[in-house]
Parts: sequence; C-alpha cells; structure tokens
Amino acid sequence: MFKIGEIIEASTGEFVAQCYELHQPPPFGSLVKTREGEVEIYGVVSGAATTSIEPGRRPIARGRDEAEEEDIYRASPQLAKLLRTDFNALVVGHREGERLHHYLPPRPARVHSFVYLCDPEEVARFSQSFDFLSILVNARGQGSVDELIAACLRHAAQAHQDPRTFLIKVGKELAVLLGGETSRLNTILRRIRE
Amino acid sequence: MMEKGLHNQFWEQGRLGIVVSGSLTKGLEVKLDSATSVEDIAVGRYVTIESERRRFFGMITDVTLDAIDPRLMVTPPDVSDPFIAEVVAGTSTFGRVHVLPELTWGGDAISLLEGPQPVKTVPAHFSVVREASEQDVERVFGQVEEKQFWIGTPLDMEIKVRLDPAKLVERSSGVFGKTGTGKTFLARLLLIGIIQEGTAANLVFDMHSEYGWEGTSAEGRKVKALKQLFPSKIAVFALDEESARRRKVSTDFVVEIGYDDIEPEDIEMLGETLNLTEAAVQAPYRLARHFGDRKWLEGFLALEGREQINELALSLGEHEATLASLRRRLEALRRLRFLVPHARDNPIQRILEYLDRGINVVLEFGRYTDITAYVLVANLLTRRIHTLYRERMERAMGEDIAKPRPLVITIEEAHKFLSPQVATQTIFGTIAREMRKYNVTLLVIDQRPSGIDEEVMSQIGTKITCLLDNERDIESVLTGVSGKSEFKAVLAKLETRQQALIFGHAVPMPVVVRTREYGSPQSYKELGFREAIELKKEAEKEMEDLWG
Repeated sequence: MFKIGEIIEASTGEFVAQCYELHQPPPFGSLVKTREGEVEIYGVVSGAATTSIEPGRRPIARGRDEAEEEDIYRASPQLAKLLRTDFNALVVGHREGERLHHYLPPRPARVHSFVYLCDPEEVARFSQSFDFLSILVNARGQGSVDELIAACLRHAAQAHQDPRTFLIKVGKELAVLLGGETSRLNTILRRIRE
Repeated sequence: MMEKGLHNQFWEQGRLGIVVSGSLTKGLEVKLDSATSVEDIAVGRYVTIESERRRFFGMITDVTLDAIDPRLMVTPPDVSDPFIAEVVAGTSTFGRVHVLPELTWGGDAISLLEGPQPVKTVPAHFSVVREASEQDVERVFGQVEEKQFWIGTPLDMEIKVRLDPAKLVERSSGVFGKTGTGKTFLARLLLIGIIQEGTAANLVFDMHSEYGWEGTSAEGRKVKALKQLFPSKIAVFALDEESARRRKVSTDFVVEIGYDDIEPEDIEMLGETLNLTEAAVQAPYRLARHFGDRKWLEGFLALEGREQINELALSLGEHEATLASLRRRLEALRRLRFLVPHARDNPIQRILEYLDRGINVVLEFGRYTDITAYVLVANLLTRRIHTLYRERMERAMGEDIAKPRPLVITIEEAHKFLSPQVATQTIFGTIAREMRKYNVTLLVIDQRPSGIDEEVMSQIGTKITCLLDNERDIESVLTGVSGKSEFKAVLAKLETRQQALIFGHAVPMPVVVRTREYGSPQSYKELGFREAIELKKEAEKEMEDLWG
C-alpha cells in the first residue's frame, strides 16, 4: 500500500487530497482509498491539478534562458515549495470489516486522513461487482464523466487476469445502464476497447 | 476464482433467458441472455420454464431481434469492432423468442403421478427458461419400449417420439404436405406402426402402387413396402394384373368389378371428375328404374346409335342431349379393363375375409392412375364395406358380441373425396364425420388440405404435416388448433425432407419431428423385418424345440 497524499477537503461523495510529491498525482481513473475509523473509503481519481500554494499568486514563466525544463527547478529550488498538486476523487464504495459495499459510506472521510493507492489485487477485488458503475454514470462534476468511466475501467481491467473478458462483461453492464443513451455508450466503448 | 465468479453470473448450462411478458393464449415472450445467440435458436425446439412451484414445457415458435432503444437502429454502434459488437450483443441489442407453453407439471407427489397436464396458467415474471433436456422430452412423450412404434425424433435430440397407434386409429388422421416432402414415406411409416402394434386392420387404396410391394425414394432408390416387410400380414390386391406381374409383385387377388355392381350413386361421385351436369348425374337413377338395378349400366352402354338413345330419352322423359353426353362420358369407363360385365368373384367379400383374418389389404391401381378410376373404385368398395361394417357393429351392440376390428381406410388425393362440394355426399365424408362410432376411420393423404371440407378437417384427430407453403393450406391444416398463428411460422419453416409437425389426438403436444430413417437394411430390421435366412433359422429352431 502506497501512501500518496492527505485529504484536505471531504464530503460524502467526494474528497480532495494534496499529493506529497509535486506532479505525482495518482493516475486519472485509478482507485484510491482512505480510512475513517473502522471504515475504508474507496474513491476513483476524477482529476488532478497543480497550482500555486497561494491562490492570489500565479506562477510566472522562467525558462527563457534555460536549456532543459529541469534546469528551472534546479535554478530556483524554492519553486517546488511554492507549488502543490491536488487531486479529486469520487467516492464509489467502502469496506466495513470484510464486507465490500459499492455505495456511499455513512460518513465522509476526515481531513488529514492519508490517502493510499490501491494495489492491483485490491482493484480486482473491488471491481468484481459492477455496482459502483452507476455512481460514476450518474456523477456530475468537472470534466467529462464518460472520460472518467473509461479511464477507470481501463485501469481496473489491467488488474484482472483476463482484461478482455472483464471489459466485455463491464461493457454489457454499461450497455444496460446507458440503455437510452446510445451515444454515451458508444463514446465509452470506443475508449475502453483495446 | 474471481474470473469464475464473473462467468457464473452470466452463464449457466442450457439457460436461454427469462420470461418477460406474455399470456396464456398468445404465448410467452422470453428475453434471451446475452450469452445466448439468436442464431442458435430454432423454431420448433422445446424449452422448459422453471417457476416457483411448477415447471412448464413449451415450444419455441418465433425469434425476434430487439433493441433497448429505438435510436440504436438509427445510429448503430460500431460493430466492425469485435469488442463493441460483443458488448452490445444481448444488452443494447438482444434476441427475444416466443414460446408457446403446452404442458405443465408440479413438483409434488400427486403431479408426478398425474404426469404432464395441459397449461392453465403462465409462469411468473422472470422465470428462467432453459433448453429442454432429453429427460424432460422423454417425460412428455413417454418412453418407447422395445417393440413399440415410434415415428421420429424431436429436432436435435435422440429421444424417440411415440405415436400412440391405438389413439391414431381411434379417430381419422391426415398426412399433409406439398409434393415431394415425404408424405408417402410418412404414411407408410404410420401404416407400419398400426400393423406392427396390431391396433387396426388397414385397407389402403394405393393409387401409385407404392405401399404394397415396393416404392421408390425421392432419390429413385427402391424401398421395401408393406408386403416385403410383413409378408404374412399383408395381402396385395391388384386392379391391373399385368402391371403387377411386370413389377414382379406377388398379388393375392385380382380385382374385377362388374357393371352390375355399379350403382347410380357411384356415378354421382364421379360427377366432378367426369364433368357431368346436374341432370346427367341424376339420369342414372332413372336408367336404373328403366333397366333394373343391376343391369342399367350394361344396358345403357349397349345402346347403339343416336336413335336408340333418343328413343330411350323419349320414354324416360329425359333430355336427349343429357343422355347423349352421359353416354359419351361413361365411355371412359370402358377403358378401365377391370370393369367387366360380370365379375367372376366378389372383391368386397374377399377384402372383408382378409381383414377379418387380421390381414391388411393394399389395393394397387397399377396403370389406372387417373383419378376417375381411383374415385370410382375407392368409393364403390368403401361404400359396401362401410355398410357391412355398420351392420356388424349394430349387431355387435345389439347382441353384445365382440365388435368388429377397427378398420383404417387410407386414401390419397383426399380432396377429391372430401371437397366441400362432395364431402356431404361421399362415403368418405360420412366416415370422417361419424364412423368413429362404427370403428372405421380414415387416413387421408393430401397435398392440398385447403381443398378438403372444413367440417371434415375439424374431425381429423391426428394431423401430421410436412412442409406446406400455401397460405390457405396452412390455414386449413391448423383449423381449430390453439396457438394457430404461432404454428404457422413453425410449419412454414419445416425442412423439405424428413421433417413433420405432428399434433392432435395421438401425441400429448404438438411436436416437430425428424422422421425416422426408412430404406436402409438397418431401418427395416428395426421395423420388424426378418430376412428369409433369419426366418428359416427361427423356424428350424422352433422345429428343433418342438421335436427335440
């Protein structure tokens, strides 16, 4: 289990975490988890952003005279301290003891809880049931939800022994969920085919 | 292990789908699972439907393509990609099948004893539909014992479907199908079944001489017919001795019919085939009064020249032209060599003698394949036999003695005898309608069932039909069947050979069968045929047993 960040904002359906490493957010669509008491809360990374630590001060371009991008950071080591990388995650389920639930937890995560990236085994276990898909399908928010679903499924597929079989099963589930929304279905399917 | 979990959720042996809607009268709609391809489904197959307390048994009668959203039809997904194609199959787009429930049985002990019952309700929503297993089918159609007769196997199964020969002869039955679909083969099988189990005596009016000694298969191969298979149980009667001799058929009796045996009623039946006017049909009755009952035809045919006919017309008060045309038409009878002024023997008596001894009679027509001869002879003989049977039956009822053995009369080109115009008059119409009471039934073979009178059709107990493609023919065969429109689809989709839909009295539910093989040495053996060598061996063994 790999600790990647810390929650800085949390609600029942979503949380925002700051990464410990600048420019190292978990991949878009990957599964992360955090802990609230006895409950482990699972989230799907729905976006990440790197910004200035002070909202009013925007970074300025510094690389005109440098040959390599890395040289900018070498020349001004304080820059890394002035920037931050945050990521958002949509809550898609939780675990109480041994029981996995693919619906929202009773309480939101606490601020300053650690966030971990799930290993493939855990991803495979979590994606054995497709019930979390309906949360994603109905999510509103920044960016394209369909992009998120596709990324999440691509990610989950890699954790399974037979990614293609997994994608077909999950594709069929999506086809049912998006029964009346043919164009959305087509968009997602085109993005998850191998 | 996890992968297995994924599979189980969607796939289960033999499972086709779930019931989504339907009614008892119109049948059930079943949504196919995504794992089931519509292309694996065929109409005419059996399914079982498991509901909470009962199990239903039904037949697939239609297959439909459907989609979850009509917009999908306008903007089809990119199915050139195998992945997308596989995903949308069974989900966005799916197959539906129409199932007609026929029988049901409960899970408790009483229902087990009772066996399958006709359906009176439908299974609940989302009951699971499975392909019927061989055990299920066997349960419905019964197990076939060693010496029992079976007609074929259901589609894609190795179960033998038994046609109850006792029930088969209890009411009239019919074999239908357009030409070349195997009616003769089927009819021959049915006759073998009746003979094998001995449930009735048969009288076959064999127009094309293919039931008695040997026939030809569609490929032109010779196949054994009844006499070769059951030499001791069949007598071949021939109208045309020469043809029989040429074909090396061992005939038991050569039929001759005397002019004096032909009654005015017999001419009346020929009205249509000889194209007689209404007046000409009535004239023989007057002629019979004039010449005497047994002499009229001979007397009338002996008249020579126009004057004699005119003279007769004058004395009878008939129109001259009527008599002249009747005379012209009756000349056709002279061409029939088996008609003689006086018959040496009485064919009716002979036929009855054989039938009484339990020997089945096949009457071969030889070269007289024209319909006039067939209608004349079949009507004439049947009318007399019918009268005798009726008397016997009445006597049996009155004196409380054994009833005569059931008799099945087989006729081809049945619409000539049973068309709406003549069915009320011909003897065959009468037999079809009421002769069940007198132990006489018909086996009609026809390619134009729509030409048969509706009332007669409705009295036919067991119908066996091969492929029919004329709408009216299909309509007429299915008269009075519940789920008619469903069976139409099944009937029109039968293969041209070796497939038949059987429904009615002798089977528990309609069934599409692949008819059993006929024509190979093995098939003859299965049907009870013994080679001469075997017979000899058996006889020798019996002798040995007897004398030690």
